[in-house]
Amino acid sequence: MTAPEGAPVVVDARGLRCPLPVIRLAARAKELPAGTVVTLLATDPAARHDVPAWARLRGHTSTGEERVENPAAPTRTDGTDDTDETAGPDPYWSLTVRLGDG
Amino acid sequence: MTHNTDPAAGLPAPEAGQDASITSEGSTSERAHLDNGGRAPWHPLARQAFLQAIDDGWADPRRLHSEGRRAARLLDGAREAVAAEIGARTEEVRFTATHTTALHHAVLGSAAARARVGADVVVGGTERAAVLHAAAGAAAARGGTRRVVPVDRAGRVDLDELRSAVGAPGVALAALQHANGEVGTRQPVVEAHEAARAAGVPLLVDAGASLGHDVVPGAWDLLAADPADWGSPAGVGVLAARQRVRLAATGPEEADPWAPGGVSVPAAFAAAVALQAVAADRSAEDARRRALTDRVRAEVARIPDVEVVGDPDDRLPHVVTFSFLYVDGEALVTELDRAGVAVGSGSACTASTLEPSHVLAAMGVLTHGNVRIALDRSTTEGHVDRLLAVLPGAVARVRDLLGVTGL
Repeated sequence: MTAPEGAPVVVDARGLRCPLPVIRLAARAKELPAGTVVTLLATDPAARHDVPAWARLRGHTSTGEERVENPAAPTRTDGTDDTDETAGPDPYWSLTVRLGDG
Repeated sequence: MTHNTDPAAGLPAPEAGQDASITSEGSTSERAHLDNGGRAPWHPLARQAFLQAIDDGWADPRRLHSEGRRAARLLDGAREAVAAEIGARTEEVRFTATHTTALHHAVLGSAAARARVGADVVVGGTERAAVLHAAAGAAAARGGTRRVVPVDRAGRVDLDELRSAVGAPGVALAALQHANGEVGTRQPVVEAHEAARAAGVPLLVDAGASLGHDVVPGAWDLLAADPADWGSPAGVGVLAARQRVRLAATGPEEADPWAPGGVSVPAAFAAAVALQAVAADRSAEDARRRALTDRVRAEVARIPDVEVVGDPDDRLPHVVTFSFLYVDGEALVTELDRAGVAVGSGSACTASTLEPSHVLAAMGVLTHGNVRIALDRSTTEGHVDRLLAVLPGAVARVRDLLGVTGL
């Protein structure tokens, strides 16, 4: 993951449907200074299209996307888990944005 | 067992007047139906023609008796009228079961007829799913590739990419819509047809969202159109192929391979009559609806965090689409429906569909919070007033439900 200064900020929105992943990303971005690189993890296919569109509308820069096909077992710490626990971890998108002045 | 004389026994009762659109007073309660793309209310003359054809055209037009011949005359007349409207010869026009099957026949039939030339199929990135899927299947069946030409943010194909794609060796067919029914943007079909001709590749133009609303140039080798989109009954589609174009029937042997089992004569007759009717006042309706959609574009743009998409000028007269940031599109459709306004949406935020509109995705615009409207000829300024009056509040309520403030 691109992390020019310090550890990258990760927002885990896996299992959430649109528009929640973008809302979670926007809420986190609001607290962070310009130049921060934020990575959103999302299983919802709309996020792949909506994160770059959100970044463009908000003056941020979309810097990359990666498809994680065979994720390791989930290590949730954010307490927002509403995925189906009986299934194995779903593939997800890892979408990276460099924040502008917002 | 009692013999029931009610002809509709066991069927759900029609809920006449439930939408309040036929109440004589209280126009404030009238619903504004603004989701008319692909399925519009019947044009009054389509209705009249359909009723006439129920009486005169119920018989099988392939039979040789008087009743059959009368039905055949209606069908022949319908073909001739549709051909005249699209600038084709009568024998170049075929009726199909639906617009979707017309697209399937066009893609699969020309790919099969040109299998010796090549197996690749070139398509625009915002073509209908029927074209994209048929192209993928036709190409894969012969070891070829479906080449998708990208579009810009307005939804218009990259002409240079299109030219180089159709100019490559081994291309069986190219497909480009005349205009996109989701966002309204017109495609450069004249330039695309020149490039395809130079390469000896037939071009399929999907006019499913535009015929009946916009001038469709004769720059095509195959044309598909959708009568239900111009105010005719669903249950018939139009497929035209120039005489020089080879089109193979890909299904099992059939007397009418384009409409196995025959077409609905009343539906085809109503389609032709309605097409003549909408062509007669097309320019007046173009100006009227264009003014209304211009107004929607301008007023919607004032609502916070909205992106109005599609080309602002080079577009269909009656289609507008916009997306609201941080809004669940399906919740917004429901909220507007409750307020008496019916709209469409390309969003996919519920369990029913996972993938959002491939058109919005190809354009790189927001896919969530999407609202799509297509104005009918029966749409009034009052209907648009109602949409614009209730939209800001509906958006605010749906955002409040998600706790979105100050993002």
